[in-house]
This record gives sequence, C-alpha cells and structure tokens, in this order.
Amino acid sequence: MTDTHPSREARSRLPEPRIAASVATSTNSHLEIDAVTKNFGSQAVLKGVNLSVARGGTTAIVGPSGSGKTTLLRLIAGFEHPDTGSISLNGTKVAGENAWVPAHKRHVGYVAQDGALFPHLTVGQNISFGLDPAKLPGGRRGVKERVAELLDMVSLDPGMAKRRPHQLSGGQQQRVALARALAREPELMLLDEPFSALDAGLRVATRRAVGQVLKDAGVTTILVTHDQAEALSFADQVAVMRGGKLAQIGNPFVVYTRPADRATAEFLGDAVILDAWMEGSLATCSLGGIPVRRPPAQGRVQLMLRPEQIRISEDGPIRGTVVDTDYFGPETTVRLQLPVPPVLAAGAIPDHRYPGGGEIITIRHWNASIARPGTELRLRVVGEAVAFPVDEQPSP
Amino acid sequence: MTNKLAVPGPSGDLKTDTTTAGRGKRPRPPLGVSVVSIMAVLIALFSLVPLAYVIVMTAATGWDTAVSLIVRPRVGELLLNTVLLTVVTVPLCLVLGVGGAWLVERTTLVGRKWWAVLLAAPLAIPAFVNSYAWVSAVPSLGGLWSGVLIATLSYFPLVYIPAAATLSRLDPAIEQSAASLGLGAWRAFFRVVLPQLRVAMTGGGLLVALHLLAEYGAFAMIRFDTFTTAIMVQYQSTFNGTAGNMLASVLVFLCLILLLVEVRSRGSARYARIGSGAQARALRLPLHAYQVPAQLSLIALTGLAFGLPLTFVLRWIIAGGPEIWAAEEFMPALLQTLAYGLGAAVVTTLVAFPMAYLAVRRPSWFSKSLELSNYITSSMPGIVVGLAFVTVSIRMAPSMYQTSALLIAAYVLLFLPRALVNIRSGLSQAPKELDEAAQALGKPPLLAFLRVTLRLTAPAAAGGAALVFLGIVNELTATLLLSPNGTSTLATEFWSKSSEIDYAGAAPYALLMILISAPMTYLLFQQSKKVAGQ
Repeated sequence: MTDTHPSREARSRLPEPRIAASVATSTNSHLEIDAVTKNFGSQAVLKGVNLSVARGGTTAIVGPSGSGKTTLLRLIAGFEHPDTGSISLNGTKVAGENAWVPAHKRHVGYVAQDGALFPHLTVGQNISFGLDPAKLPGGRRGVKERVAELLDMVSLDPGMAKRRPHQLSGGQQQRVALARALAREPELMLLDEPFSALDAGLRVATRRAVGQVLKDAGVTTILVTHDQAEALSFADQVAVMRGGKLAQIGNPFVVYTRPADRATAEFLGDAVILDAWMEGSLATCSLGGIPVRRPPAQGRVQLMLRPEQIRISEDGPIRGTVVDTDYFGPETTVRLQLPVPPVLAAGAIPDHRYPGGGEIITIRHWNASIARPGTELRLRVVGEAVAFPVDEQPSP
Repeated sequence: MTNKLAVPGPSGDLKTDTTTAGRGKRPRPPLGVSVVSIMAVLIALFSLVPLAYVIVMTAATGWDTAVSLIVRPRVGELLLNTVLLTVVTVPLCLVLGVGGAWLVERTTLVGRKWWAVLLAAPLAIPAFVNSYAWVSAVPSLGGLWSGVLIATLSYFPLVYIPAAATLSRLDPAIEQSAASLGLGAWRAFFRVVLPQLRVAMTGGGLLVALHLLAEYGAFAMIRFDTFTTAIMVQYQSTFNGTAGNMLASVLVFLCLILLLVEVRSRGSARYARIGSGAQARALRLPLHAYQVPAQLSLIALTGLAFGLPLTFVLRWIIAGGPEIWAAEEFMPALLQTLAYGLGAAVVTTLVAFPMAYLAVRRPSWFSKSLELSNYITSSMPGIVVGLAFVTVSIRMAPSMYQTSALLIAAYVLLFLPRALVNIRSGLSQAPKELDEAAQALGKPPLLAFLRVTLRLTAPAAAGGAALVFLGIVNELTATLLLSPNGTSTLATEFWSKSSEIDYAGAAPYALLMILISAPMTYLLFQQSKKVAGQ
C-alpha cells in the first residue's frame, strides 16, 4: 500500500512541472479518438470519449473498474467496433462511419493483463509469432537472432527462448508478452493493466523496465490501469475515466494538483475536503485563509487540499488537536480536529455539520512521536487549494 | 481522506469488461461468424428430424388411439423398469466414478498411474458384450438387478473420466483454503471439491442415463424389458406399427426430462483459466490404513467390469478353436466397421465445430437454443433415430433408404454431443484473448483462429472424434435398423451370432471390438487429461 503512494511519487515531481508538454495538438497527434460511444446491449459503456495522443507520448487511462477503460483500449486495438464516433491512427480513420481497419492491419502492439502467451508455443515461438521469416534478413536464422535481441531488450536471458510460458514467473511472462508485441516494431503500444497481476515490488520494477524499453524505442504508449500511482508515475498524459467518459485529461502534475472535480481528486489520491467561504481568490475555512487559483464560484465552496500540503510547524497559524494516528513506518497519518471556523459564526456555513467541534482532517508526518492523541499541534498550509462548487456530491 | 482500498482489484475489472464484450450485441458481426451461424442453424434443423418424426407420428395417431396405446399396464411395467434402472444405476455410477477419480487424483493410492487407466478400461467393452460375458458366467441372470449390475459396470467410466480430468485440473489452492478455514479432508471434499465437479457429474450422469434409456443389446440379452427393447420387438414384428411409435414417444419424453435436469444444472460459468504462472501441484491425502481396502475395492471393481468380460470372451475363443476365425466372414465386418467409424467420426467433428464455437465464444440465447436442439437430438436413442430415418427416407427420399450416407447421418446425430462436449471444453481452454493477441500481431482473424484456437482445440477435438469412433464401433441398435443390405459390422455380426446362441462364434467379434476400442479408450483418457491442462 505505502510503496505505491501517489502523493509521494507526485511530490518528487514537484520541482519540475511539465505542463507545457501536456496537451497534444492535432498536428503531431498519433491517435485521435473522436466522440466514441459503445453500448453492450442496453448498457452504455462509453458515452462520448475524445482523446488525442501525441506521437511518442505516454498516456495512462486511469479509472475505477467498470469505467470503460478496457473497452476503450479494445476499440483502439480493433477488437471491438465503436457504435458512433471515430478513431484515427496517423491521420487515417481506422474505425467509424464507413471506415474499418481490422486489428491485424492496424500495426498496433497489445499486451493483455495476463500476457496472453500462447500456451502451445515456446517463448521463442511466441516472440516470433508475428514475424515473417521471409521479410527478415537471414530467414530462420534471422528470426532466431531477432528473438534473442528482443529477449535482451526486455532483460531476459536468451536461453529462455526454449522455455514454455507456464515455466515462467508472472513478471517474466509479461516481459515476453512485451517482447512479442515489440517484435513487429509497432508505433503504438497498448498495455491493458499489464502490471496488475504482479506483486508490488515486481510491479514497480517491471513497470520501470517496460517504460524504459518503450521510451528507448520511441513507441507511443497507452496504458490502461486502475492504479492511480502507476498512471501518475508512468505517463506524461493522464486521462481520468469515470462512468464511460473522460473526466479530465492532462499532465500528471496538473491532474493531481488541480483535479477538475471532487471525484477525480479523490480517485487520484488522498484529499482533504473542507467547507469554505470564497471571497475573491481567497477561501476561508477551518485552516484559515487559503489562496485558490481560478475559483469556480463565490460564497460557499468545497476546498480540496492534498494532505502533504498541510505541514506541522511550530509557528504555524492554525491549531489542531490530534484525534488518533496510524503508523506506517516511514510516515504516520495523523487525524486532527480543527477549531470551528470563524465563518461559521457569521452563519455562512450551517453549524450542524460540526456537532462535536471543528472538522477532522488527515495529514501525514514522518515523526510518529510528536503526535500523541490529545496533543495540540500547529499547522501551516503550503501552496494553493482547489475549490469545487458546493452542490457536488462526493463520489460513491 | 478517501480510502484507496475502495478501488476494486484488477481481475474483476478485466472479467467484467470481457464478459460484457462477449455478450454484447454487435451492430456489424464479422462475416465468419454469420457463416458459422448459418451452418449451425442448418445442422440444428437437420438434427431435429428424429424429434419431429416422433411428434408428427404421435399427432397423426390421434389423441384417443395414443392414450389407449400409452395408458396400459404394459407401458406402466416398462416405465417402472426403466425408471428403477435409471434411479439406481446413475447414483451408483456417480459414486464409483467420482470415488475412483478421487482415489486416483487426490490420494496416495499405490499404483495410481495404472489404476487411472484401468478405471477407464471398461469403456472399451460394449455393454452388450459385457452382458454376453455375464450371461456366460451366470446363465441364470435376468431382471432389474442384473440390468443394474451390467449397466453400472459398463457405464461408470462415463463419470470417472470427466471427474478425473476435472480433479487433475482443479487448483489445489481451493482445497488448501478450505483446510485453512477449518474443514477436514472429508468436509473439504464435500463442500469445495464436489461442487467443482458439478459439470463433470451432471454431464457424466446424463450420459449414463441416456445410455440406459437407449441400450438395446445388453438388456435384450438378459431378458430385461425397457422401452428400447420393447420398441425393437414391435419393430421386428410390425415394422412401423403405431404401438411401437407410441412407446418411442414415451421414451423420447423421458429423454427430454433428463435433458431438462442437465440444462438446469449446467450453469454458465466461464471455465477458461485466466491466471498466470505455474499451477501448484496437488496435495495428496495419505491413505494410511485405508490403502488396503482402497486397493481391494478397485481390484473388485475393475475385475468385475473388465476382467470378467475379457476372461469369458477369451474362454469362448479357446473353446471355439480355429474354426471360428473364418477370415471371409469377419474381415468385411472389420473393414466396414473401421470405414464407418472413421468416416462418421470426421464428419461429426466437423459438424460439431460451428455449434461449439458459437456456444463458447458468442454465448447468447441463439447459440443456447442451437445447442439445446442438438442436445435434444443427441438424447434420442438409437432406436428412435433409426425408426425416424427409416420412415422419413422411405416416404420422402426412397433413394436414400438403406444407403451408407443415411447410416452415417444417423451416426452423426447420435454422437454429435460427444464431439460437442469435447470441442466445447477445448475451446474454453483457448481464451479468445489469445486470438486477439494473434490478431494484434498481424495475423488475419482466420489465420489467428487456425494457428491459435484450432491448434489449442485440436487435442480435445481429436479426443471427441475418438469417442465418436468408439461409439460407432460399439453401436448396435441404429445399425441394425439402417445398415444397407449386405453390410455387416462387428456389432451386428456379433449380435446375429449370439442371438443364435452361437456364443463361441460371436467371441471373435467381441474380441475385435474390444481390441479396437482399447487404444481409443486409452487415447480418450490421455486427451481428457491434456484438455484439462496436464
């Protein structure tokens, strides 16, 4: 759990925001998805999806299960037809009105969740499955060399070519599946939760290795995942999918720090949500006055902060009382009760929300010993908050 | 603070997405699928000929005549015989089949590799040969309990083989989980393992029951009357009498009831293994003091089911001396049996494929009804298929009457489910994700299908074809009704000789049937393991 913590990985990115590179323009776009819908029977799985992926870029489609992200990937691969809308690769329409290019002619690499290695073939035969010996220099010998080369590319021993898929570990199977997909040198690689079956340590290592291989090969990559940390660390463009639509598309730093709505905020990582009163660009809440960039409304709003934005500081302006703590080793989550905000007294926010005192928030700290229940701590808020209109309901 | 644990795991996600994809309505089905669908519909329509025959004949008879022919003591007696036979024999076969499979696959039984094969071996002996041997051993045999004895010994491998295949594939982790939840070996078996065997048991049980309803030779030999033997007697005396047709309609009704039971309990789970990594080896339950009783029971069972018939066939052969080996008599029978067996096995496998493909890859009400129509047909006893084909060909296509094509068509209808069940399980071991992976690697759908799905299904299809062949070599009833003039098969020659009480003369045919069936049975046994992933 803790080693895939989104906030820490995102925090490490803080010094180098890459906002400018985020949104692909249509001129250098590799993949263009335009208003795609897909129903299975009466169930609408995709309700109008638009997505543009830049050449050589890495895009993660992230969303909870059942949000339609795997279906979107299968549409790109050509395993399903869209009901309406169109999909273009390199400016050529491959699916849509009067257009259809079948999967085998799209030249798109695809790695399934479990690798989908052919059980009746050896590792080498799996990798060379898509290769045409007639088109390789050296014929059959060329195939053998290419297989060894690909195995090396995914950091596997060339001796593995003779093994059977069931003799490999899960991580090795995934690497073979990647080598098999890379064999035909596709320009676009689709990864359908390829790391989710691996255990945590292997997952991070395999993800890194795969990402590096694809980056070196200059392959445009689309990763589907339900793991927000994986999406944020792997991709340079994150598309958040929810209920058959893309809720937000952008640079990982942007979607994490400035989510478009509360559900996205909570899906991408831990969020502190507070009632607040917006005046100009300053929100007043239990943590005092906090600047907000582009406030959506004035008056009552909901304020979102990431836990790592709230620091314990001896001269901090806000007091909070420790309710309880949860120790994780490198860090401790601390639940704090805040004082009743002054805006309450002004009647701006109904006070029935705080029956036992002020709001309770959760923050993180590295030092477990300073936070005993009942201790009063002083807090300081770093950076800007994000405000959402108050009528928004939290996601289920 | 939100709870990240609320995000469900990846496996559920993938499964949900793919199953909805499979079930989904497609605005533009690929050309291949519609061709497959049309073929499947044609096969299904053709396969409904026997059922249509029974319905038309019953309707033509008129209500009053039908009632007077059905509601009479003779039918009641046949019904009682048939029902008693079924309700006693099927549970016995389930106990012997599952018990044997469990001993072989899940315990430290000594010599389990040999036992695994020996328990499948009785399938190589046709039930009517078994009956012949038992009558030779105990001439006074007759009636219900003799029928139960012979049928149980002949048919329990029909449960044993699928049960053993399922047990060998079963992930031992689920038994270990049950143990960790405090279940002892016995309770774990009943609460965790047995439910996993549901498909094997309902399928095997249905096969046994249908065999019981359809078997003619074995019961005729011990003078035990069932619907099938009574219909045959009627047919031989009046050719196409109304009384015989009415008996057939009751028989068909019984078969349909059995089907209903099986269809309801089959379920619709997906059986392809999606997980990755090598499967753990099964833990075996130490038998300790039970080793000796287990060995003794298996010796008794295989001795009675396999040893005794083989012994008596050999005794007749020794008693008969060299004069029973007249090559000009048995060579034609042997060659014709092989030709019919191979031809019909190939045709049946080809015919079963579209149906199995639709059932596994595009499950819908459409594919289910197609498959159901085939199961209905396949439940039709040989005697009903034979009667239907005789009547329909005489009335509508006289040139077809008594041709090999008609006999092969009857074989296809009779043995389609054997091929279907095998190809179905083979296909479900080849998840469609593999086909898609091949397409993503640049293979056109047809080539991807040939190189991946067909290749992975081939062992199961071969197993199905072997089963069909086995069935044809041992088929007696429909062959008696439909074989062209001058055609003799091993089964019909055996039958005519033993009907004339020339037991020694019948023995070479019995031995040949066993010898042909034995390697097929062994192959079938091996394939069932391979299909199950070993």
